[in-house]
Amino acid sequence: MITNKKNVELVCPAGNLPAVKAAVDNGADCVYLGFRDGTNARNFPGLGFDDNELDRAIDYAHNKDRKVFMAINTYPRPHQWQQWCQAIDNSASHNVDALILADPGLLHYAATNYPDLRLHLSVQGSATNHEAIDFYARHYAIQRVVLPRVLSLSQIKQVIKHTDVAVEVFGFGSLCVMVEGRCILSSYVTGKSPNSNGVCSPAEAVRWEETPQGRRSRLNGVLIDEYAPDDHAGYPTLCKGRYLVNDNIFYAIEEPTSLNILEILPELIQAGVAAIKVEGRQRSPAYVASVTRVLREALDQCMANPDSFSVLPTWMAQLDKVAEGACHTLGAYHRPWQ
Amino acid sequence: MRSSLMRISLGPLLYFWNRQTVLDYYNKIAQSPVDIVYLGETVCAKRRELRVDDWLNLAAMLADAGKEVVLSTLSLIEAESDLALVKRVCQNGRYRVEANDMAAINLQKSGAFFVVGPHINTYNSSMLAQMSKLGASRWVMPLELDDKTLTAMQAQRPDNMETEVFGFGRLPLAFSARCYTARARNISKDDCGFCCREYEQGLLLSTREQQPFLVINGTQVQSARTFCLVDQLPRLAQLGVDIFRLSPQLQGMTEIIDLVDKVRNQRLEPVLAAESLKHHMPTGSCDGYWYGDAGMNFRGMNHQEKGL
Repeated sequence: MITNKKNVELVCPAGNLPAVKAAVDNGADCVYLGFRDGTNARNFPGLGFDDNELDRAIDYAHNKDRKVFMAINTYPRPHQWQQWCQAIDNSASHNVDALILADPGLLHYAATNYPDLRLHLSVQGSATNHEAIDFYARHYAIQRVVLPRVLSLSQIKQVIKHTDVAVEVFGFGSLCVMVEGRCILSSYVTGKSPNSNGVCSPAEAVRWEETPQGRRSRLNGVLIDEYAPDDHAGYPTLCKGRYLVNDNIFYAIEEPTSLNILEILPELIQAGVAAIKVEGRQRSPAYVASVTRVLREALDQCMANPDSFSVLPTWMAQLDKVAEGACHTLGAYHRPWQ
Repeated sequence: MRSSLMRISLGPLLYFWNRQTVLDYYNKIAQSPVDIVYLGETVCAKRRELRVDDWLNLAAMLADAGKEVVLSTLSLIEAESDLALVKRVCQNGRYRVEANDMAAINLQKSGAFFVVGPHINTYNSSMLAQMSKLGASRWVMPLELDDKTLTAMQAQRPDNMETEVFGFGRLPLAFSARCYTARARNISKDDCGFCCREYEQGLLLSTREQQPFLVINGTQVQSARTFCLVDQLPRLAQLGVDIFRLSPQLQGMTEIIDLVDKVRNQRLEPVLAAESLKHHMPTGSCDGYWYGDAGMNFRGMNHQEKGL
């Protein structure tokens, strides 16, 4: 029985204007975006919004009564400080509905200068427990927290029970297996990290090699994986390579797979999550359209008839089509995964 | 005026050793020239060879030996029981606490001094100023920051704020809910049997062409290469860094401490110490982060700087 009657928001990614339209037209309640620079954690070539595009994105969403969140969720160094503050000023002047921030320096800046602007703590803020959430609520009045993808379902329930801050969780997309905001594997190998540069395992450091043994992927020279002719050669994110441990070669950290929470959607809603987030600002408008459509349908059915909710095979098939490695997992939500 | 002699700290023990090994280890540390010792479990709440009371006993022993003791807290806090543990440490009433999660800062008694650990993202001066206002008396520079960033941060450092730099050891690069040691043994975390105890220096992960790459330490992933900034000690002193952190390892710790001690007392050339320290690095060295490069890179001092 679901007792929580509040509407759970569907929060979808957009890396460009067509993706904003895809998200809005397919039923997203909110879209989240970033500027076209290192101020956000999806700083990919050709991705992100300039002033003019941001205006048009906001017009499009607001005309259909949807919200726009702006992610400024990397950690500026002293020489970058002004630029990151300008990104906040800029977002505020464009009337975004909320800022998604991680750095306490920026949270302080936004809370002081724009007290009426709604603040969300980014997943990059690494808040995995209610005391950490309370810290950000007390000092910066955050109204929502995006939980890192490391908690089990029962841990999420505990967090929600102990905080007044609205909780947003990831529902679909690429799976970070480490605590976001505390992983520097990428900069160890390439010099660029999510915290500092808004990228993980950046494409500029990737090299593909054809060898007699098969195709190989390297990240700044480090061999991430080697693929037999019938292997699916996915993007070489460094935590999803095959490595040698104790004489065995296997996915020692994680398989190339996507997070998919459809199976536990009723439990998440019952637990009282405020929003379900889709990962993938770097993905195509077609991905955004497809994932948004499925999750919209699932959320609507789950909220209308929670007790008879069941996952339709067509939903899973559609999501697996766009999933990393064409397969899915419940990740840390499901305790045995850990 | 800050003291010109750099202090040496021993960071928290990141591996899971059996109880007697830990006690023997810190007995040796009590006799060493280390000034500051960080104690406590920071990686996995399941590891309980030593309980909070055991750590407090060790703390008292080290304090009696003239060491400054700081109690370190978990870097990933998930369950309510984890929080209870952190709360207990934060309310110890005697020793300063190193916070490795915002929860530990939130749980500080008002007016208490604390240390902002390396896993709290202190990337700019505004953040550092806020930590200072809340009672931080020391910060440990996050591992991926460089000379340029530290220089700027030091120029705007709040009053009464000490700066500590991670200077030697395998780098803790990531934390997860998943236990990778258990995964490598094909068992679940809930049935881990504390298998990480078998790997006193962590479990090596290599690439498929046998290049040592990372080290698995339960739910933590470390660099295989040992980070070493000993040759930069004079530069760190010039920047006003107060404390040089060594990360505990089982082999060679006494020699490592002695080498660094000689460098800070100007009884040994930094570059010679760096050479000797290579014997205590099982799979090579790195220092790239300090130069704003990939962390795994190794530059060391160039020949001109070495005066060779």
